[in-house]
Amino acid sequence: MSPNGTIVSDAKNTWCPGCGNFAIQHAFRYVIEEFEKEGIPKERFVLVSGIGCHAKIADYFSLNSFYSLHGRTIPVATGIKMANPDLKVVCFAGDGDLYAEGLDHLIHAAKRNIDITVICHNNRVYGLTTGQYTPTSPYGYRGRSTPGGIHEYPLNIIEVMLGSGASFVARAYSRNIPLLKRIFHEAILHRGFAHIDVLQICATFFNMTSFYDEHVYETSEANVSQFDVACRTGQQWNYSDHGPIPLGIFYKTERPSLPEKREERTIDRKKVIQDILIRNS
Amino acid sequence: MAEYSVLIGGKAGDGISQAGQVIGSVFSSLGYHVYQYVDYPSLIRGGHNFCIIRAAETPVTAFRSGADVIIAFDQQTADLHKGRLSDDGIVIFDADRVRAHGQGISLGQIISTRQGEPIMGNTAMISALFRYLGVPWEKVEPVLQRKIPKKIEKNIEIARAAWDVLTPGKTLKLPGGDSKPFLSGNEWIGIGLLAGGLDAYIAYPMTPSSGILHFLASIAEETGIQVYHPESEIAVILMALGFSYAGKKAAVGTSGGGFCLMTEGVSLAGQAEIPIVIVVSQRTGPSTGLPTYTAQSDLLFIRHAGQGEFPRWIAAPATPYEALFLAAEAVRIAWKFQIPAFIVTDKSFSEGLFTGPSLLPDLPPHRVSAPAFPYHRYEDMPDGISPLLSPPHPGEIVKVNSYTHDFKGITTEDPHLTTTMADKRKRKAMALLEYIDQSESVLIEGDKKAPVCVIAWGSVRGQVTEVTKMHSFRAVFPRILEPFPINTMTAALEGVTRVIVVEESATGQIDTILRQHGIVPNECIRRYDGRPSTVEELENRIRRVL
Repeated sequence: MSPNGTIVSDAKNTWCPGCGNFAIQHAFRYVIEEFEKEGIPKERFVLVSGIGCHAKIADYFSLNSFYSLHGRTIPVATGIKMANPDLKVVCFAGDGDLYAEGLDHLIHAAKRNIDITVICHNNRVYGLTTGQYTPTSPYGYRGRSTPGGIHEYPLNIIEVMLGSGASFVARAYSRNIPLLKRIFHEAILHRGFAHIDVLQICATFFNMTSFYDEHVYETSEANVSQFDVACRTGQQWNYSDHGPIPLGIFYKTERPSLPEKREERTIDRKKVIQDILIRNS
Repeated sequence: MAEYSVLIGGKAGDGISQAGQVIGSVFSSLGYHVYQYVDYPSLIRGGHNFCIIRAAETPVTAFRSGADVIIAFDQQTADLHKGRLSDDGIVIFDADRVRAHGQGISLGQIISTRQGEPIMGNTAMISALFRYLGVPWEKVEPVLQRKIPKKIEKNIEIARAAWDVLTPGKTLKLPGGDSKPFLSGNEWIGIGLLAGGLDAYIAYPMTPSSGILHFLASIAEETGIQVYHPESEIAVILMALGFSYAGKKAAVGTSGGGFCLMTEGVSLAGQAEIPIVIVVSQRTGPSTGLPTYTAQSDLLFIRHAGQGEFPRWIAAPATPYEALFLAAEAVRIAWKFQIPAFIVTDKSFSEGLFTGPSLLPDLPPHRVSAPAFPYHRYEDMPDGISPLLSPPHPGEIVKVNSYTHDFKGITTEDPHLTTTMADKRKRKAMALLEYIDQSESVLIEGDKKAPVCVIAWGSVRGQVTEVTKMHSFRAVFPRILEPFPINTMTAALEGVTRVIVVEESATGQIDTILRQHGIVPNECIRRYDGRPSTVEELENRIRRVL
């Protein structure tokens, strides 16, 4: 517990005023406190962050954390979860971090259905490195590395996740805090790989507040287990053009997940090694 | 002293390496020490594969130029290697496919009349070999029974048929004694990791390190360890660091190209002080190079890999005992000092097969200090080593960080703290140097008073050791290469006036390290064609500079 009596640490917060990260931090803090009331102590949570503005969240919570490398939250989280399945492992990643540098890990984590939660702070721009385009920046985006505008369409990460086998796919928005709280809570309880793409604005480099406010809506979750419905919902917005931007849990299903249940056994390591040596004589 | 060398060759896919392994096991059961060299190109079927199995009454870890018996499954084997045949040597060949002088057996006929499968030709040849060497059937059959994985009855029938065709030509000495474990260098390293307390092994396949992955995966169930093969070497090292953070002892294994991908993770381990064991088995580079051939050309890369400055430990085994001991020690060192600990080996050692000890080395536990509470992951301690704690711990938090951080693990850019944390890592490096700079780190062989000294590391030591028996010189072998055991090396070199360095590198890497420490070699014997030297080849080169 930090000196201020909450799970927020006393580290100095350096996010820009108006940053969407504050909303994510606030909602997550609420969810952890709810879990504590439900009997899951906070030391059972481990936060894994990448590198970027989002990642400072590791410092800002008085919780177990592994502040890792750019793009590498998922393999670290996978190792932690496989080492100790009792831990609740949550990745905080950025869109440059998760969808560019570390995209292979994201796809493979979905494929293997590792029981972790991945929260992407998707502001569709690099903040710490000052405003370059990311895989979810819109067509024509001009940044310091692409002054002429980019000639490629963004990844529709919802489609990528559905196509990779993710068993929990959701989109949230930093200005809809009740939805953030509900999705975080459900994602952490989900047995298997849960991915949440959180649309957030970058107050300094890519402020999309009015665009998002105008286009977002909460989609129905009545058919949340139907893959084709999820695909259609995901295709309503391509991260570039205008169009309705659905929010909510798009897809949720149960399938075999990692880590598999391991029975606790006491093994005499020395004896096993001796047996192996004899067998190979 | 009796010793025999058998060369067995054929096409990739013929099961040459496995056949060699059974031959080695028979020799081992007769009381011999065995070393097997495996030579194969990077393809799945076709090409030319061969193994040299050397059996001797004392331990050997190198092979000779000559062969007493050549077993030829194809014409190429008989033609390519006929120059190796010793004066009273013989070729045993498949009479259906090979024309040679010696004893031919028609594998096709033996197999087809018994409705066998082509792969059973290996069993026939193994049987023919030991018949020729004059070993009683009762000594050979039990090993075949144990070592042939399937269809044993049919294999034994075919072995017996081949046995009856061959005429004995020798009477092999039977030294007697217990059969010793016969395993690849990779497997000896794997067992060492287990002995050191390994909980998890993570790797992506890459020759010549994959043998560790395959071996540990095959025994994961009975040992209770977790073995996982993820999407890339980047995932490998980060997953392993995740395991380590969560309190499990994890190791990874790879070769040059895979290790390139791991380097950012190595630096993370250095900064965040997360223990990890990394096995790197070298092959000929640069880049993809010769995937199935050997080299010692990644030592300086491994020694420097990763941005920034942090301590690491590098050991290089050359014998099964050292593989056991040093791999176990790697786990212990990594967790005692919270650093990356490396086992650096090469294709010759990784994929060579060796008889070795059947008992584990004695490993007294390391002393580590217990954490104090409230817990701070990077508590400043006199020796720079902060106590480890893994989550979950009631009421405590464990924060690790790739950024420069404070004692709690929170990011900082403060100049004073930055210096303090760098100094902490330096104190840890000092403690590590003090720990390793003792007699076990350097092995001295040959004439221990001789003024001429040969320095070598890793697998080439096998040939150097044998040359010490032919000429009078001192052989000095560093087992620990980082931190460099300078005091122990200096003591080992007392009275030396001439230093010869033997290594498998074009530019001289151990040579560079020695020079950095004030040891200036007079002669360098370098080989960089991917092939290990035979004992005779190295003897010839050493003799010329003595």
